[in-house]
Amino acid sequence: MIGFLSILCKSNSLRSHSSKISHLIQNSSSKSIFRSTHLSNPINNSIPSSIQFNFGSPISSASFFLPGFSVKGLAFTNWAEKGDGLSLFSNSSLRCPFKEGAGFLRLRSSAGGSRTFSSESERESINYDVVIVGAGPAGLSAAIRLKQLCREKDVDLSICVVEKGAEVGAHIISGNVFEPRALDELFPLWRQEESPVCVPVSSDKFWLLTKEHAFSLPSPFDNKGNYVISLSQLVRWMGTKAEELGVEIYPGFAASEILYDANHKVVGIGTNDMGISKDGSKRENFQRGVELKGRITLLAEGCRGSLSEKIIRDYNLREKGNAQHQTYALGIKEVWEIDEGKHKPGFVLHTVGWPIDSKTYGGSFLYHMKDRQISIGLVLALNYRNPFLNPYEEFQKLKHHPAIKPILEGGTVLQYGARTLNEGGFQSIPYPVFPGGAIVGCSVGFLNVPKIKGTHTAMKSGMLAAEAVFHTLQEGSSMEAYWDNLKKSWVWEELYRARNYRPAFEYGMIPGLALSALEHYILKGRSPLTLKHGKPDHEATDVASVHSPIHYSKPDGLVSFDVPTSLYRSNTNHEHDQPAHLHLRDPTIPERVNLPKYAGPESRYCPARVYEYVINEQGQQKLQINAQNCLHCKACDIKDPKQNIEWTVPEGGGGPGYSIM
Amino acid sequence: MKIMVAVKRVVDYAVKIRVKPDKSGVETSNVKMSMNPFCEIALEEALRIKEAGLASEVIAVSMGPAQCVDTLRTGLAMGADRAIHVDSPATLYPLSVAKLLKALVDVEKPGLLILGKQAIDDDCNQTGQMVAGLLKWPQGTFASKVVLDKEKQVATVEREVDGGLETLCLDLPAVITTDLRLNQPRYATLPNIMKAKSKVIKKVTSKELNVEIKSDLEVVEVHEPPKRKAGVMVSSVDELIDKLKNEAHVI
Repeated sequence: MIGFLSILCKSNSLRSHSSKISHLIQNSSSKSIFRSTHLSNPINNSIPSSIQFNFGSPISSASFFLPGFSVKGLAFTNWAEKGDGLSLFSNSSLRCPFKEGAGFLRLRSSAGGSRTFSSESERESINYDVVIVGAGPAGLSAAIRLKQLCREKDVDLSICVVEKGAEVGAHIISGNVFEPRALDELFPLWRQEESPVCVPVSSDKFWLLTKEHAFSLPSPFDNKGNYVISLSQLVRWMGTKAEELGVEIYPGFAASEILYDANHKVVGIGTNDMGISKDGSKRENFQRGVELKGRITLLAEGCRGSLSEKIIRDYNLREKGNAQHQTYALGIKEVWEIDEGKHKPGFVLHTVGWPIDSKTYGGSFLYHMKDRQISIGLVLALNYRNPFLNPYEEFQKLKHHPAIKPILEGGTVLQYGARTLNEGGFQSIPYPVFPGGAIVGCSVGFLNVPKIKGTHTAMKSGMLAAEAVFHTLQEGSSMEAYWDNLKKSWVWEELYRARNYRPAFEYGMIPGLALSALEHYILKGRSPLTLKHGKPDHEATDVASVHSPIHYSKPDGLVSFDVPTSLYRSNTNHEHDQPAHLHLRDPTIPERVNLPKYAGPESRYCPARVYEYVINEQGQQKLQINAQNCLHCKACDIKDPKQNIEWTVPEGGGGPGYSIM
Repeated sequence: MKIMVAVKRVVDYAVKIRVKPDKSGVETSNVKMSMNPFCEIALEEALRIKEAGLASEVIAVSMGPAQCVDTLRTGLAMGADRAIHVDSPATLYPLSVAKLLKALVDVEKPGLLILGKQAIDDDCNQTGQMVAGLLKWPQGTFASKVVLDKEKQVATVEREVDGGLETLCLDLPAVITTDLRLNQPRYATLPNIMKAKSKVIKKVTSKELNVEIKSDLEVVEVHEPPKRKAGVMVSSVDELIDKLKNEAHVI
C-alpha cells in the first residue's frame, strides 16, 4: 500500500492542504487516530464501510490500513463531499489523509507525529526574522531583549509574537510574589516609571494548618526585595513596552502547527483556521489560517505547551538533555476584593497541611496586592494518588478554615482561574534547542519549586535565548549557545541548589520537610546527590477500589462557590460552534478504563468541569466534553491515566480573560 | 456610493461586569473592551454590500476617548477603507452621538448609514433612530435582511418586529440599524490586521464639526439587580390564589 501510494505521490505535484489534514499522524501505539482541528470529534463518527478513491480503481475495504496504523473514526464522509482543497494530488482526487511534502510521503511512526510541509501551500505566508509563540513573561522578554540588542548594534530584525489569548495577559495567571532579578536586567530603570510592580512584600508568614488551627512556623522563604504583583498586569505592561520597541504582537491567533522544511528543520508556525463548525464544515465566516515563517522560531507557550510537547517528543529533547519526565502541579486561584480594614498590602502567607493529606504535596497562598485586592489559591501536585481527589473542592474547603475565612468574609470574588505549573525543576529540564529554534520559559520548566517562583527564571531564559538568536542571525553561530548560556547563568545555579526539595517529598511529608530543612539550613544546596522524581503524574493515580469517595460540602455562596459561578468569573469563552479542541486518542478509553478503574478522575481534577459523565438514553454513562468551559490549564493532558486526552489549541481569542490574575 | 458605519467600543460581551464600589457606574478599568457585536454585524453588512459592487467605500466611525482607535483598527482589519475618530473624552449619550454623526454625514455624504441596533453597555437603541430624524432620512431598524437596488436607489429591509417580520422599502440615502440575524461577521485575518496598521484614521473633534455636546442625561446611581429570592412551595391551589391576591397583589 505504501509503495503504491508513494508511486502515485512521485508522479504528481503535491499540494499540501495543511489545515484540513492538520495534526498529522500521532500515535503512541499502533492505534493511531487522525486528529484534525476541523473534523470535530472524529471519534464520534464511524468509518464508512468503503472509501472511494476516485482515480479509477475504487478501493473498498472496511478500514484503511497501513502498517502500524489503523485510521479510526474519521469523518471521511465529510471529506469526500468537499470538492475543494482536499486532494493531495493535483490531477487525481485521491482523498488521502497523509501529510506529504517535497515530493514524497513521510510516514512517521514514532510518537509525536510531525508534518512535512510543501512550500506550495494555499495559505498566506508571512516571513519574519523571529517568530515567537506566546506573549507571556518568557516570550515577551525574548522579544524585548532582541529589539534591545538590535538597537545596540544598529540593525533591525522583524519579530512577530502570536498569542492565543484575546489580549496580551488574558491567559496569564500566577500567585505571584515576584523576584525582580530578571526585570532589573531587562529594564534597569524600571523603578523610575509607573509599572504594575509596586507593592513590596511587607510580611512573610508560613502556617501549618490543621482542621481547626493554624500554627505559625518560621518562613522558609526570603522575600525581601520582592513584590506582590498580578502577573497578568505585568505582562500587559511588558506587552506595551515590546510594542514600543517595534515588536509586532498579534493576540487572538493560536499557533496550532509547526511548519517544517524538507530537512525536518522548523521554519515557522501555522495559525488555526477560524470559522469551522462543530461538524467540521466551514461556517459562513471561514478564514484560513496563515503561516508565519521565521528564520528562528521560539516557543514560549507556558507549562505543558502543546507545540512544545510535540517538539520535545519529536526531537527527543528529554533524552538529549538527560532529563527525567516533567512533574506538575495544578494551581487554582481567586482574586478577591476584601474589606479595607482587613487589607495589608504586601502581606504574604503560605500554608501547608490541611486540607491536603500527608501523602499529597501541596499548599496554599494568600497575597495582598493593592486596591484592597488579594490573591488566594491552592496548589496541588498532580502526582496525587487518590482518584477521588477534587482540587477545586479542596480549594473551597481551604477557604472555610477558621484562620482564612475571616479575611474573606464581606469580600467579593473578582476573578477565578486555574493553571498547571512545573515542579520538575533541575532534573526535568530537557535540551531546549531544536533545528530552527528553541523553547523558553515554563514550556521547558524553570520554576524554582522551593521558592515557588518561576517568573524570573522564565524571563531570564527568554533573554538568554534572545542573545543566542541575535548572534545566530547576525553572525551565523548556533543556537546551542542558548543551552551553554543557560548552564552558565544564575538560572542554572538557582535550580541546581533547589533540586532536591521537591523529590524529597516522594518519601512522605515528614521526610520531605526534614530533608528540606536539611537542604535549606545545613547543606545550602551543596548536597552531593540529586534525588530523582517518582512516577510520572499520570501513572501515580491509584485505582479507585483502594480509595473511597471524598465527601465535599456544598458551597455556601459567600466564601465557597460552585464551578459554574467560578467559571463565570474567569471570563472564559469560546466560539461554541467549533470542533472540540480536546481530543481523545482512543474514544473508548473513558468508558472502558477511566470510569470503571479510576472512577472518572477527569470529572474531578478539571477546574472548569469540562469532563462530565452523563447518562445517555441507553442508561449508560458516557463522557461529555464541554470544551467551551476550558481554562487552558492543561491538567487533563497531564493527569489522564492513559494519556488519552490531548489538549490542542482552539480558535484563537477563546479561553479565559484574566486581567488581574 | 459611500457607506458609513458607526461602531462603538464597549465592554466585551464575555466579561463578567461589576458595579464600581461608589455606584457611579460599571467598572471599566482592567476590563477587556471590544467592538459592540451589533456594530460588527453592521460593518460586515457594509463590507458585503461593497464586495457585491454596490458601494465604493466603507468608512468606519467611532466616538470617544483615544482608545477608540483600537476598535477602528479592528474595523479596518475587517475591511473598512477609512476610519474617522471623533475625539471626545466625555461620556456620550445617544443624542450627542446622533448630532456628531449628522455632522459627519454632512461632510462625507454617504448613501447609506449603518449602525448596530443598540450598544450592549447601555442598551439604549436610540442613536440610529435619532440620527435618521436629524437627517430626515428614512430608517430601517432591526434589519435582518438588507437588499440594495442601485438602479432604483432603494434598500429593501426586512425588519424583526414583535409581531414577526416587516419588509420596508427605503429610498436612499437611508439609515439602517442591524439586528443579530443579519449576518455573521468575518474574522479579521492576520494579514489584514497587519495591513490595517498603515491605513489612515482621521481624528476630528466635536468643535471642528460645529457640534455642541451637552449632556441632557445624568447617571445618578448604578446598582446591581436585586438577588433572586428563593421560590416558595405552595401546598394547594387555594394557597396559591391567596398568595397571588394578598402578597403579590396581582389578582
